Amino acid sequence: MTNHWVDIKNADIVVIMGGNAAEAHPCGFKWVTEAKAHNNARLIVIDPRFTRSAAVADYYVPIRSGSDIAFLGGVINYLLSHGRIQHEYVKKFTDATFLVNDGFQFDNGLFSGYNKEKRSYDKTSWGYQKGVDGYALTDDTMQNPRCVLNMLKQHYSRYTPEMVSRITGTPKEQFIKVCEMLAETSASDKTATFLYALGWTQHTTGTQMIRTMAMIQLLLGNIGMAGGGVNALRGHSNIQGLTDLGLLSNMLPGYMTLPGDSEQDFRAFLEKRALKPLRPGQMSFWQNYPSFHVSLMKSWYGDSATRENNWCYDWLPKLDKVYDVLQVFDMMHQGKLNGYFAQGFNPLAAFPDKSKIGGALARLKYLVVIDPLATETSEFWKNFGEYNNVVPSKIQTEVFRLPSACFAEEDGSLVNSSRVLQWHYKGAEPPAEAKGDAEIIAGIFLKLREMYRKDGGAFPEPILNLTWPHQIPGKPSPEELAREFNGKALADVTDPKDKTKVLAKSGEQLGGFAQLRDDGSTACGCWIFSGAWPQAGNMMARRDNSDPSGLGNTLNWAFAWPANRRILYNRASSDPMGKPWDPKRKVISWDVKSGKWLGMDIPDMRPDAAPEENVGPFIMNPEGVARLFGTDKMAEGPFPEHYEPFETPIGTNPLHPDVISNPAARIFKGDIEALGTAKDFPYIGTTYRLTEHFHFWTKHAVLNAILQPEQFVEIDEELAASKGIKSGDRVKVSSRRGHIKAVAAVTKRLKVLDVDGKKVHTVGIPIHWGFKGVANNGYIANTLTPFVGDANTQTPEFKTFLVTIEKA
Amino acid sequence: MALQSLDIKRRSATTTPPPGVRKSPEVAKLIDISKCIGCKACQTACMEWNDLRDDIGKTTGIYDNPRDLDENNWTVMRFSEVELERGKLEWLIRKDGCMHCGDPGCLKACPAPGAVIQYSNGIVDFHEESCIGCGYCITGCPFDIPRISKKDAKAYKCTLCSDRVSAGVEPACVKTCPTGAITFGAKEEIIHHANGRIADLKGRGFANAGIYDPEGVGKTHVMYVLQHADKPGIYSNLPENPGISPMVSLWKGAAKPLASLALGAVAAGAFFHYVTKGANEVSEEIEKEFENEKR
Amino acid sequence: MKNDKDKIARFTPAERVNHWVLALTFILLALSGLVFFHPSFYFLNNLFGGGVWARILHPFIGIVMAISFAAMFFKFKGENVLTPGDREWLKHAREMFEGDDSHMPEAGKFNAGQKLLFWLLLLCMALLLLSGLIIWRRYFSNIFPVWMVRFASLLHAASGAGIIALIMGHIYLAIWTRESMGAMLYGYVRRAWARQHHPAWFRQVNGEEK
Repeated sequence: MTNHWVDIKNADIVVIMGGNAAEAHPCGFKWVTEAKAHNNARLIVIDPRFTRSAAVADYYVPIRSGSDIAFLGGVINYLLSHGRIQHEYVKKFTDATFLVNDGFQFDNGLFSGYNKEKRSYDKTSWGYQKGVDGYALTDDTMQNPRCVLNMLKQHYSRYTPEMVSRITGTPKEQFIKVCEMLAETSASDKTATFLYALGWTQHTTGTQMIRTMAMIQLLLGNIGMAGGGVNALRGHSNIQGLTDLGLLSNMLPGYMTLPGDSEQDFRAFLEKRALKPLRPGQMSFWQNYPSFHVSLMKSWYGDSATRENNWCYDWLPKLDKVYDVLQVFDMMHQGKLNGYFAQGFNPLAAFPDKSKIGGALARLKYLVVIDPLATETSEFWKNFGEYNNVVPSKIQTEVFRLPSACFAEEDGSLVNSSRVLQWHYKGAEPPAEAKGDAEIIAGIFLKLREMYRKDGGAFPEPILNLTWPHQIPGKPSPEELAREFNGKALADVTDPKDKTKVLAKSGEQLGGFAQLRDDGSTACGCWIFSGAWPQAGNMMARRDNSDPSGLGNTLNWAFAWPANRRILYNRASSDPMGKPWDPKRKVISWDVKSGKWLGMDIPDMRPDAAPEENVGPFIMNPEGVARLFGTDKMAEGPFPEHYEPFETPIGTNPLHPDVISNPAARIFKGDIEALGTAKDFPYIGTTYRLTEHFHFWTKHAVLNAILQPEQFVEIDEELAASKGIKSGDRVKVSSRRGHIKAVAAVTKRLKVLDVDGKKVHTVGIPIHWGFKGVANNGYIANTLTPFVGDANTQTPEFKTFLVTIEKA
Repeated sequence: MALQSLDIKRRSATTTPPPGVRKSPEVAKLIDISKCIGCKACQTACMEWNDLRDDIGKTTGIYDNPRDLDENNWTVMRFSEVELERGKLEWLIRKDGCMHCGDPGCLKACPAPGAVIQYSNGIVDFHEESCIGCGYCITGCPFDIPRISKKDAKAYKCTLCSDRVSAGVEPACVKTCPTGAITFGAKEEIIHHANGRIADLKGRGFANAGIYDPEGVGKTHVMYVLQHADKPGIYSNLPENPGISPMVSLWKGAAKPLASLALGAVAAGAFFHYVTKGANEVSEEIEKEFENEKR
Repeated sequence: MKNDKDKIARFTPAERVNHWVLALTFILLALSGLVFFHPSFYFLNNLFGGGVWARILHPFIGIVMAISFAAMFFKFKGENVLTPGDREWLKHAREMFEGDDSHMPEAGKFNAGQKLLFWLLLLCMALLLLSGLIIWRRYFSNIFPVWMVRFASLLHAASGAGIIALIMGHIYLAIWTRESMGAMLYGYVRRAWARQHHPAWFRQVNGEEK
């Protein structure tokens, strides 16, 4: 979230799209009801299903699953063509005035630079025109047809209300009503917030859906404002912490990245990441990348990391490609992997195309499952009748099951969607032989290190030299780990402006990432978490919820990254001269007297950068402003474009029939063949979660199983009538990849939509069942889903695929 | 739930005043259906606080699970899909459970002294150890709430967490409700809060928004905010004008003392008839006739 | 006694046993029923081992009573057919209670009062049985709509009160009418008694004897 949970209460309009906050985040949804109760906010829900969120919405709008970019692009078109944008904000705080490279083009569904063979783009033309000084060129009059705002207008001019309705199935009047409601928040004293979750991420165009919404928020001037923002509601407790700590195959902690295998040169590696400002006077905060990176390497390798050996750069893996889960399982399926560790992960249930996943696991020599529960994955080799019809004698994979503690059985921190790190204390001891994850991993590490030490082996250095400063080496404590990610001074850290002033003495915990250095004098395990455990102690354990501003910005409650900042880009809450756009929701403003930015939050700005210096509020961008034009950051283009899901119910793309689906999304050979068409599978299948359950966990819990005991699928009344299906009947839902059987729930909450002249039905498939646990056994919903992911994140397309349904 | 208490207002099948020296202020729970997301957290909290565990059942193709109230489920969510205007669907989710009536039909119907208690704060509580399992409370209830356990044949229902309330904390369902759809407090304050909610709903186009606090049962201590207070029936058959059935009133009202008196009168009449008129014996003439015959 | 020439048989042993089964079950039902009838009778639950036992036993005893009454009904229904003379009898019943039976038409084996009791008992029994099944929560109530259960509860209470009143009358009349009890205890009545109270029956029996 750019903002935070409590801040939702400050919104005037709350839009839930690509998510179902009431259903999946009922506790956080409290703040939506607060916004309605105390701010007279209106709640808009845009969803293929009439969800629990829709049940309490002021305005519900149906949409075809997977067509969100068409909808949102239509909103952009409406806002621009009606002039309903926050003009000054757009002009000063976005790249609207920037001039785009002449080579950049968009034609018939493709941007310039497309390579059909590689299914990817050469992005060299996706940039700004630059002057001789290296800075991007702008046109403050915005008359130049190549300036971003005009390019944007042109791009989305195709997204007329008629076209939107044709693609999305949303009735035109309803679409326009949403546009009108949203446009109200272009006023500088009105904000809208967007809440989304997996309903956007789990599409082959998911990242671009989110981006389109972010662009709308920029046009409306809602970023950086209290009650605004781009707000991802994270699904797992601490999944935010997972991404923060870089637990993705191509990431390092704090959103730093691993080098590719062409990046053998350390200096070039840093230069590429330490981006120089694109406009004069901009902060371009990633210029500090070397400090963050070197401090990370010092944290990992201690004295072994020296300037001479480039801080052990050679020990970092260099990627030949991204090893995301789909990639790894495809390789596993081809027999290219020997072993796999599934730690807190149940891929057989949670990843698409169950039969492929099961087949892949069966080709392993060994599988280690670290989990508090007996997961389906850990028993993928066992026959559970119709639910897992395998022949155990033909599977040779050796499975090790290591029982782990669950979150409530450990002390530690959890990072929530608000980026708040909250310390928690265990409620109970782990049962029987279960151990904390850190203890399990430490045990494996110590054993490996001993084996390398004794027996040698290829490339032992990264293992042998890893720092392991734990009091009990086999059991690193949460406190030790927390102090490590905060970072400490290895030598006295002084103020760059006044070398005599010592900011942190050698050995002390650091006060924040501003104290990180690229000379090896600091160590920090995760730069964005720096400040969570300074010398003063554990900031994450703070529980002071006093709220002097009344806007819910409780700075003394736990710790938010970065730097305890609660609202990102909060400089944009004030106008270019530093006065709040809306005095009622003053986040920070320029205080002439003290010459500082002051307010209820930690300024997202150099604290003494006077407005006259024109330092843009988007300090992480080298432009200093936000990007309406995405330059080369996205795989499929600088402007989001509507592409159909890989399995499309209409078989075409009304915008450009030659380019139907995301041209930059990766799909493996065998998986293309496993895609179905609307001829055989005419209905949209979409998977989702129910309030009563949490993923595949709570079917192991009696209370949850009582509340929702058995697998079901939801269909609309018209489809049910045509197939002779009644509520309570058993039905079979099939995709090209397999079938499931479940109880039918016939509902008015799903409606047939008119899309591109066709009647399109949706079959709703809650995911929570499997063959382990105390709830009634069921089929794994992901038997049906396709093995293809988003072009940028590789998040699988769980939300839109094709199925057919019949009475079982 | 048994609870030592000195603030009992009414006690089932009891003709003398119950211990009522202590007075507690009238409380109420408000269920704002317009804020309810049907998450069932209240159901879970109820099961947890009261240590109730139903069997894991089956689905029948609707969200209502468990399907109905029973001895293990003192509250359930009832989901109804309603289209009052064409194309304008509403998913009305009503938390069903005891309404804690001012004039409780269960208490009136109960023949077991002290099995149903009404505290002066308005909570109507079952004291299962006094319950004889006849089910008359079910017969008496206008809301179809009490259920007899198949295992122990005692009647069970929501206690409004009388144990928690007596200790000064809100009921478990209120505590857990994530959206604040359930609120609890002094009835007067809760009605004030409800009026604010109704004004808000009217501002959002629900012209008939209103509070459900029916007169017919002497008002209730569990109330609803309804978007369509003119049509309570659309909320999974919430009764429009609930009241204790006249049949129950007659059955448990004047009829029984009168009948008891009548029976007493029959006994007394017979006795005094005997005393005044003497026995009905064989007449002397006939006796003589037969004496003679014998000889 | 059997050989006593002075006596005539009125009820067979089977009839007497059934009568007393019926009487006993009735008393148990009346006592246990009163437990639920009004708080002032609740103390009677102690006779049954508590309120729960009273609740458990009452309907089962009721079934026994219903069977017993059914047997009695089929046995005696022919002898309880009301005749025009019975109307006359009832008209003069008040005089009889006042002590003057001179105008009473001759009664058969059962007088009109007894016949009336018989049919009223049948009515009450039928209502009690039907309504009792409906309000039998353990097995049946849940299959009936609540309005029907409510109506049945009311009906059950009303017919229960009615039958108790009837039986109280029955018992009193058995006491009031001296020697009646012997008929049901021993099966025989004195000829004089029969001549006095059931002259038509007496003559019928005599005729047969001769």
